[in-house]
Formats: sequence, structure tokens, C-alpha cells
Amino acid sequence: MPLEYFLTEEQKTLKGLARQMAEQRILPVRAELDEKEEFPWDLIKEMASSDLLRVFIPEEYEGLGGGCFDLCLVVEELSRVCGGIAISYAANALGVLPLILYGNDAQKSKYLPAVASGSRLAAFAVTEATAGSDASAIRTSARRDGDHYVLNGTKQFITNGGEAEIYTVVVMTDAAKGSRGASALVVEKGTAGFTFGKKEKKMGIRSSATRELVFKDCRVPVENLISREGMGFIVAMRTLDRSRPGVGAQALGIAQGALEAAAEYAQQRVQFGHPISAIQAVQHMLANMATELEAARALVYATARTIDAGAKSFTEESAMAKLFASDMAMRVTTDAVQILAGAGYMRDYPVEKMMRDAKITQIYEGTNQVIRNAIALEVLKRKAKQG
Amino acid sequence: MNVIVCIKQVPAKIKIEIDPKTGTLASGGVDRAINPPDLYALEEGIRIKEKTKGKVTVLTMGPAQGDESLKEAMGYGADDAVLLSDPAFEGSDTWATSHVLAKAIKKIGQFDLVLCGKQSIDGETGQVGPMLAEALGVPFVSLVNKIEELGERSVKVMRMSDEGHQLIEMALPGVITVVKEINVPRIPSLRGLMAAKKAKIPALNAQELGIGPAIVGSAGSPTRVVKVFFPQRPGKSEMLQGDPESQVDQLVEKLRQTKAI
Amino acid sequence: MTADGLGDIWVVAEQRDGHTKAASYALIGKARKLADESQSRVAAVCLSQGVEDAGQLAAFGADKVYLLDGPASDGWNDDAYVKELVDLARRDKPSVILATSGALGSSVIPRVAVALDTGVAANCISLDYDAQNRMLVQTRPAFGGSLMANVVFPNKRPQIATVRPHAFKKGEPNSSRQGEMIRVDFDRQAVTAMTKLLNVIRDLTEKVRLDEAETVVCGGRGLGKAENFGVVAELAEVLGAALGTSRPPVDDGWVPYAHQVGQTGKTVSPRLYIACGVAGAPQHLAGMQTSEIIVAINEDPKAPIFEVATYGIVGDLFKIVPLLTKKLREAHG
Repeated sequence: MPLEYFLTEEQKTLKGLARQMAEQRILPVRAELDEKEEFPWDLIKEMASSDLLRVFIPEEYEGLGGGCFDLCLVVEELSRVCGGIAISYAANALGVLPLILYGNDAQKSKYLPAVASGSRLAAFAVTEATAGSDASAIRTSARRDGDHYVLNGTKQFITNGGEAEIYTVVVMTDAAKGSRGASALVVEKGTAGFTFGKKEKKMGIRSSATRELVFKDCRVPVENLISREGMGFIVAMRTLDRSRPGVGAQALGIAQGALEAAAEYAQQRVQFGHPISAIQAVQHMLANMATELEAARALVYATARTIDAGAKSFTEESAMAKLFASDMAMRVTTDAVQILAGAGYMRDYPVEKMMRDAKITQIYEGTNQVIRNAIALEVLKRKAKQG
Repeated sequence: MNVIVCIKQVPAKIKIEIDPKTGTLASGGVDRAINPPDLYALEEGIRIKEKTKGKVTVLTMGPAQGDESLKEAMGYGADDAVLLSDPAFEGSDTWATSHVLAKAIKKIGQFDLVLCGKQSIDGETGQVGPMLAEALGVPFVSLVNKIEELGERSVKVMRMSDEGHQLIEMALPGVITVVKEINVPRIPSLRGLMAAKKAKIPALNAQELGIGPAIVGSAGSPTRVVKVFFPQRPGKSEMLQGDPESQVDQLVEKLRQTKAI
Repeated sequence: MTADGLGDIWVVAEQRDGHTKAASYALIGKARKLADESQSRVAAVCLSQGVEDAGQLAAFGADKVYLLDGPASDGWNDDAYVKELVDLARRDKPSVILATSGALGSSVIPRVAVALDTGVAANCISLDYDAQNRMLVQTRPAFGGSLMANVVFPNKRPQIATVRPHAFKKGEPNSSRQGEMIRVDFDRQAVTAMTKLLNVIRDLTEKVRLDEAETVVCGGRGLGKAENFGVVAELAEVLGAALGTSRPPVDDGWVPYAHQVGQTGKTVSPRLYIACGVAGAPQHLAGMQTSEIIVAINEDPKAPIFEVATYGIVGDLFKIVPLLTKKLREAHG
């Protein structure tokens, strides 16, 4: 990349290892996993052996205590080779984030080491059929009964659903209190009354597993409550503020892979007696792609570093990073397909998959429309303060 | 089992330049990496260590920056590393290199097995393995693609041969060279890499190894490179023109003339 | 150091099924030329028993033929061959020992060299006689053939070199040439049994071995997809050539790794190398640029492969290659 980001030695090692993993292990199988819609368990095991799953777990719980920026570096390198495998990794990190931020020691000790070693995966669940952007409209209920909560309801479109064993779920413990009546709970796979819907067939990130979580009189111990009753949406919002730069990093990686593929192809494809890289129209496309990508990278990295520096609130920049990077990735991957033209449309070449994979980054962890609302609110809040 | 793996640090890219003034390689500033075939030897060594609860020591002979590759090898899982470095070693040919490695191994003391990659990507002789075995006075088997059985006194290995494969039993201690087919090298772990970065790699020079100048460096090497040059391709490429039929006809004609077909 | 010219030049002659390999004959021919230039003598050394064409070795240029009754060539013979050659060389003190690069060249010869306290110039592509210094000059490639090095032995003897199989051509025999046949007994007991052959598995499926083939046809990314490899496979078949590939088709799963030519695959040095749809990345060139004749077919006139090609065709390989196959097939009848 053209800009120097002054990574520390440790960050360089981390980035180098993630790249090595991506190029040596993920690259040879990405097309097949996408075609067959197979969850990359072998790759998860490999990544675990290399300690990549320890990056986002605190040191006290057998992790390496990496920050937001470290996670972004890994996710970007994985995404550069395959968005589907990267999201399986990133959603795992998202799944444990509520525990890391709000869990008590008993919960952290119970769940985090297993995730660090790669023996158990995690997933985060808020979305329901009636509650996407309108997250507060969730209906999954958790009724207190003795020393259990009884869950009823269905979560929709959950990444790692069915493969993960640890689920951090946001449910309504007191519907009467509206958005202050939600709570976050840990639910383990295998709990009676907890089943999964069929695996969704997706446009992209097809190696990632997306399923419904179905709760029918599912009894969850009260020890699994994260923080306090009523904190559900706060937990969710703070979790997403911290994970959105990661979505930005996914978008960066996917776009980077697409840009490299397009540039390489342009130098090899000969038309009218010379490579198409000699054609100004193509050069301008590549220039735009590269510039936008670098701008997005600078924004995502700055946001991640701000978070790691201990900023108290970063909703706005986090949203911006995700928004800009994901829109950029969609444009860049679309242009990459265009540069490869006929070949780009064919599944034998990697760019059509990158375009299909990029799309989701504009949608999950907040659609870019809802994200824009959030940013606008922050802008206006500032204006109001000044005025 | 005590395993020793010999690695070589090579240029990461193979395009090189000759210094027009000295006629020798201008190799300063080139990215260095572990010779890729050696990674298979390293991986096999680490697997043996894990299986037998033993130890892997990595050796390399080279300039000071050789310790980067040794640290990388430790990141993969090697326990110890030793750098054999001395200005006197510069210009050593494979014979001299093997003798330096042999001295170092004798100094280390007890070992069961020495593993080497098939050849280096720069020198491409594949000679250090067999020469090292002879210098150590131990048995040698080349082109090993599987270690079938690990014993205390001997090892059974499968090697590639002209007609297929041979199963050989070799007494230990001994030296083997391995081929890529033997394994898929692991990706190092983060903790391994971080720990390795902090490692202090001991270095041994000629004096510490007890090696006199007579058998090392350009002066001590039996072979000497007297000239290095870019190969001359016979003129520029002859591009055959015309329509496909005509191009093919011309090609067949030329190949017939040169008796290539 | 010997007083006359270069001194005795030994060539290790390898056999398959009792018959000496073409590369060994080629090496004897070259040794003969060097001997004539330097007033020296050539000896062929046969390490294994059962050589059926010993007379031919003289016809191709050997003044002497050592016939050792070591173990037959198929099997595990390294330790025996090392002992035979070392003992014989210590006894008769050649000035030069030449062998072909390959299994014996890479396992046995280096060990012999150390035992004789001398070195080896490996994988040479040419040999010359330096009359002024009365020594051999060996030329070998390094850095994947990007560089050539002239190597000499200033002091140590014998001067030992292994030579690429196709570096020299097998010449014509002179049936009137006679050579001295010298039988040497080999003491099997003297070989310390530090290694033992347990089993031989004859499972080599390749019809033509890539690293020994005289002609190689190579396909690259330009073929587009796995199915299209049939186009180059057909050409290979008509030519009796080995099939090779550059790295991208292996990475994409079109062709098995065993066929890969290049820095991380096999190095080949055939008489004729035909590259179809191969761009010519440095890592690929490293594995084939010492081939004698290189033909490149690629639609991109700027493809780096054209820089090393003897003959180049800029065009659509899907038109050119089938045409070439057809023409060659017609010629063979």
C-alpha cells in the first residue's frame, strides 16, 4: 500500500503471519469452499494453531490481548484472499466481544479460553425477522423463572449460526420497558430448546454459515446474564461500535484483492496489440480504485487506533469507517469485474466472488442507511452544542 | 530424539545483478529468506521432536543477518539455533561449508539425525547434505519423502528413486535430505514468532569452531569461481511472423533443421 | 598435479538394464575431446556389474574401461558405489572425474569428493580445457540459470564435476577404437552396513520423466482452464515429450504438482522446451532457461518468456498448438 502506517514490530509480525496463512492455506481452497458453501473448519483449526484466534482475547484469558487495530490487520489480510473465511473469523471475534466488554470473571474464564484455542466458536445474535435496522423491535423473550431464563423466539441471519457453540444473544427480559427492557445472555449450543434453522443460501460469503437460532422454552442459567437486566441494547451498541472498524477492514481486504487482480489482469490482457493497462480509461479506473481504497484504509486505521488509545466514545468515526470502506469496496470490486470484462464475469476468475462478497459489508452490522442516520445524529449533536 | 536441521539463507527473489566494477554479485539490500526446500526439512524435524519429545537445533552458516532466518526457524518451533559466522567463511564452496557445519555439529555433541533440504535455490548443487554426512562419518540417504519408522538406533525412510521408491533402513546417527513431497510445512504460531524475535542467537566463529583458514572461505575451498557472467542466449528471439499456418510451418522447419524434432 | 596435459579423465558410466545411458555416452564423447586437446586419456568407470555394452564405451572414446562388479544398478547402491569409486580413485589417481547430474551425481559423487578431500562442480553445462594452467574449467548455472559461473580447482585433485544430462550430445561411435578392459573386484564385505535396502517399489507412473526428458511441452495460465490442458498434452504425446506446467495451473488445481517446472518445482534442461500460454515469470524461467531450444507461444508480445525464447510466436495458442500437433502427426505418418 502506498501510505506508511508505522506498524510496530509486533503488528508487522501479525500482519505477515495473517498474510502467510491467507496465501498458503486459504487461497488454494477459497473457490471450492465458495462453490460448495462449506464452512472452513480445517482453516479455523489452522488459524487456531497459529494463535490467530488468540489475537482478540485478553491475556488474562489465554489470549494475546490485541486491540481493535490488531484485529483489523488480521481481518484485512484474510479478506484480501477470501471474504467468506474472513467473516467466519471476524464474527467469532464479534461473538465474544460482549463478554470481553461486559462479562464477569466467571463468564470470561468459562468461555474465552476455549475461543482463544479455537476449540469453540462464538456468534453474536440480535437480528430477527421483524427487527433488522429496527433492532429495538426484537421479540425474543426471556422470562425469569427461578434461577433460569426461559427463552422463546427466533433470531435470523446469524453468522456462524449452527457452527458456533457460544452465542451472545440480545433478548427482551421486560417488554414493558421498551428498549430498556432488553438483556444480553450467553446461550450454549446443545442447550435444550435451542435449535437451528436451515442454512441460508447467500449471494456471497458462501463459505460462511448463516442460520436462524430457534428458542423454544429454552432454559438458560441466570449466571449467563451479561452485565445487568436492561443493559441489552447498550451492550449491543457498544459492541457494534467496536466491531464496525472490523467490517471496514473486511471491506478493505476484499477491495485490495480485487484491485490487485484487476491490475495484474490489465497488464496481461492484450487487445489492439497492447495490454489494456496502456489504455487511459482503464488507468483512470485503477487510479480511482487505488485512491479510494487508500482513503478508506486511512479512515479505518485511524478509527481503530483511536479506539485502542482509550477514546470514550467513537460511535461516529466507527460508523464512518464502516460506511466509507464498504461503499468503496462495492465500487472497487464492481470496477474490477469490469476491467476483467468477460473473464471477470466467469467463476474461473476470482473477482466476481469478490464483488458478491463485498456486498454484505454494506448491509450487516448496520445497513449503510441506518449508519448514515447515526452519523447524521452525531453531526447534528455537535452542531447543537456549538450553537 | 535430538534433531539438527541445516538451513541456508538465500535471496528471496532470484533476479540478481552483477556489479559491473568487480564482476561479482551485487547482493546488498536483497531481501533474504529461508531457502524454501529447507522449510520441509525444518517441518519434518519439528514433527520428529513433537513425536519423540525431543529437540530441534537449527544451524546456518552465513553473514550476521543469518540470525533473522534462525529466529524465523525458531518461530516455526525449533528449540535452539546457532549461527556460524566469520568473515573467513565468505566465499566457501559446498565442501568448505560442509566442513564448517560438521565442526559445529561435533561441537554440539550428541545428535540422532541431521535433516537438510534437497538443494538451495541459489547454488542449486544439493551437495551439502551428502558432503556433511561424509565429513561426519555417518550414513546418508537422499531424496527422502517419508519417514516410516523412528527407532532409537535406526530409522526407516522411503526415498524416491528412478523406478519409484525404495525403503531404506539407516543407522543413527545419520544425515538425510528431504524432498517437498514429505510434508506440508506448518504456518508458524504468533507466540512462537514473538518469542523468537526476542531470542538471543549464539554465534560461533572460526576460532571457536577450531577451524583453520586452510579449509574455509575462497582460499580453503577446493573449487573457486573465477568468473561470473550472464548467460548469452543465442541472439534475440526469432519471432515468426505471418498467419498461424505460416508460423507453424516456419517453426516445424526450423526445429527440423536444428534436429530438435 | 600431473605432468602431462590434464591427466586421466574418468567418466562414471551409468547403466539401465545393462545398457549405458545416452548421457554417459555423451559425457565420454566430451571427455574424449578434452583428452585430445590436452594429451590425456579417458577411462569409463562402470560401478555396477552386468554391463552389456562395454565395447561400445571404447568406441565412443574411452581408452580404458574399468568394470567393477558392484551391485546392479537398480536398487540401493550408494554406499557400495562410494566405496568402489573412492578405492579405485585412491589407487589409480585420476585428474578428473565426470558424472551425470542425477541420483548418483547428487548422492554418491559429493561423498566421494569429501572422501578424496576434494570438491565438486555440480550441474555443469559446459567443460573446457585451460591449456595455460592445464586444468579443467567448469561452467555451471546459478540462481536458476540467471547467472553462469566458471569454476576451477586451483589445487585439489581430482577435479570432479557432474554434468547436466543434455549438456552434450551423444556422438557417433568409432567401431575401430579399442579400449583396455580392466576388471576390478569389489569387496562387498568392506562396505559397512549402515544402510540397508528393505523394499523396492516400482510405481513410477510418468511415461516420460520430466527431469530427464529431451523434449518438454509446458502449459501456463494462458490455457484458461483445466480442460484446455489437453491441447498441450496432445502436442506432448506426438513429440514423445514430457508434460510440464508453470505454477498458476498447479495453484488452481488444473495439473498435479509433479509437473510443475520452476523455482518451487522441477528444474529441466531439455533439448527442446515449448512454452504454451506461459508468461515467463522469473520463478518459472529459473526452472527451464538453460534448455537448449526454447519455443514460446503467447498472445502477449511483451510476455517475458520471449526474452529467453529461441523462436517466438505471438498468437492464439488455441490455433497454433493444434496446428503444430496436426503437422507433426502428419509428418510421423
